Amino acid sequence: MFKLLKYALYDILKSRFAIIYTVFLALVAISIYQVSDDLSKVSLSLMNIMILFIPLIAAVFATTHFYNNLEFIELMLAQPVKRIHVFLSQLFAVVIMLSLSILLGFGLPMLLWGADGSLLTLLAVGVVLSSVFAGFAFLASVLTRDKAKAIGISLALWIYFSLVYDGLVLYVIYSFADYPLEKTTLALVMLNPVDLGRILMLMQLDISALMGYTGAFFQQFFSSGLGILIAVGALLIWMLFPNFLAMRVFKKRDF
Amino acid sequence: MNRLIIFILILTFRGFSAEAAKIILKPGQSIQAAVDGAVAGDTLIFSPGVYTASAVTIRKPLSLIGENYPVVDGENKGNIFLVAAENVLVRGLKFIRTGKSNMDDSAAIKFFDSKNCTVENNILEDAFFGLHFSNSSKLTIRNNKVKASATREFEVGNGIHLWKCKDNLIEKNEVSGHRDGIYLEFVTNSLAKENLIQGNMRYGLHFMFSHDNTYLRNTFKRNGAGVAVMYTKNVTMQENRFEENWGSSAYGILLKDISDSKVIGNIFRKNTVGIYMEGSSRIQFKENNFKENGWALKLMASCDQNLFQANNFSGNTFDISTNGNTVLNELKENYWDKYEGYDLNRDKIGDVPYRPINLYSMIVEKIPASVMLWRSFMVTLLDRMEKILPTMTPNEMIDHSPKMRPYDFG
Repeated sequence: MFKLLKYALYDILKSRFAIIYTVFLALVAISIYQVSDDLSKVSLSLMNIMILFIPLIAAVFATTHFYNNLEFIELMLAQPVKRIHVFLSQLFAVVIMLSLSILLGFGLPMLLWGADGSLLTLLAVGVVLSSVFAGFAFLASVLTRDKAKAIGISLALWIYFSLVYDGLVLYVIYSFADYPLEKTTLALVMLNPVDLGRILMLMQLDISALMGYTGAFFQQFFSSGLGILIAVGALLIWMLFPNFLAMRVFKKRDF
Repeated sequence: MNRLIIFILILTFRGFSAEAAKIILKPGQSIQAAVDGAVAGDTLIFSPGVYTASAVTIRKPLSLIGENYPVVDGENKGNIFLVAAENVLVRGLKFIRTGKSNMDDSAAIKFFDSKNCTVENNILEDAFFGLHFSNSSKLTIRNNKVKASATREFEVGNGIHLWKCKDNLIEKNEVSGHRDGIYLEFVTNSLAKENLIQGNMRYGLHFMFSHDNTYLRNTFKRNGAGVAVMYTKNVTMQENRFEENWGSSAYGILLKDISDSKVIGNIFRKNTVGIYMEGSSRIQFKENNFKENGWALKLMASCDQNLFQANNFSGNTFDISTNGNTVLNELKENYWDKYEGYDLNRDKIGDVPYRPINLYSMIVEKIPASVMLWRSFMVTLLDRMEKILPTMTPNEMIDHSPKMRPYDFG
């Protein structure tokens, strides 16, 4: 397993994509630090970029990585190693590389110019979103036999979760404005990992506005650890669930 | 003849000594008896210890001074001191446990029809009302620490309560845990400065019909619903701090029917709403700092001729929201951190005007639940479109001369 992981990681680093991605993130972070005059503004700008691009890059990269390594995977499957180990080694390699890029790319400028709670949350959310979307990408890859189709599915999922879903929620909120919608919206948000990451950030950046909510439940949700706990729990489920499904399919798939 | 002179001398001496007489009280002694036995102008010194007292009535000029904070225990029975006199001084006492009743508004010290009285350096704990003044004038309320520990709003009265008083000074007091920190009704020509009012159940400062007052360098923090002031003209609020008032109807400051006033150099930080105003006119807002509020300003359409000049708006979730399309107020030369314009002629004033109302804040105003989608890509897109082609947001809510850099108010 560790040997497999080592080779998979080595392979990714050789592709140079990791370095380019890290440098890109670092450049973005540095330029934002240069133009913004306080930390909350920095985390705002970084968050806008992160919510949008990190899932996209994770999804596309994981899919292409899976297909580029398909021959290697097939070769490994012919060897006396467990299928799960082959799958997990590839998955972990991708997740580790994506997370490291974020941690280095965003983290180093933070070390240089300082960070606050919201920026640290941002790093964590970045890592989590990367793994969620890598999971989606692996699921798309094992479900199809065509690279283009798999990338298509990953992209569709990305568009759905970062754009379409919020539009739908907004539509629902607007249509049912006369009803008490607080709990419904909260539940709907739980069904989208990107929104969950965003809510975690909101709790850092816009707590004053969130406290404008009526109702004791929300006061409690936002002001105590309960909200963070629930959001983190839901995110963990989002991290594990697609990967688990992909693993199940991979185990049974006929290559 | 000699006898007469001696007699007169003795008389004057007696008179003089009576005026400066110091009566020393020991713990357990009756305060009412000491008060009744004293002559106008006497000083009652309280030795350290515990005194029990209830409804001690003072009707002549006296000084009541405590050494090392002697405790005056009201034993949960009605008022502790009742004063109706001139030139009364109460200093250095610790009042605890008044009655808890709305029937007589039990208070630690209650003043009626008094003049030139001073209450300073006292500690009040678990009082229903702390200091209660009515129909009095020229009061000095200084350096008192007023603290209650009720958990619900109806279980406690106001910390410092003035009704129909004029020419007062309320200075350096600390009030916490009461219903309203400072409550003023029909109080005119007074100055409140450097008070620290925090953690009260309802409002930090609450006044009505209290004209010509000045509020200077006070701090109002974490009060249930912030500060609410109504039906008043000629108010000056300068260099106060309004902080961390969180809740669905909590405001840094709520201005209702306030006119001809000045709000200058204050700091509004981390409030759900920095300033909420309705029916207010001719107020000048200058050099205020609005930082990290949910809404920096909720400016209702019923306000007119107000001027917002040279304020800093930074890190607020929403800068301004309103409830109509009429805008009769003026915004100019403010700094807005969300401003994205440019300054080609380098005069430090942006060349494109800034529209502080964003579309989504109007949506949130209508449907509070939609705040959950704030900062999502979808909402950012909507806002961008609205910025390019304003259709829903009021057209005249606009700052034609936004500053490029924040002001440094020190």
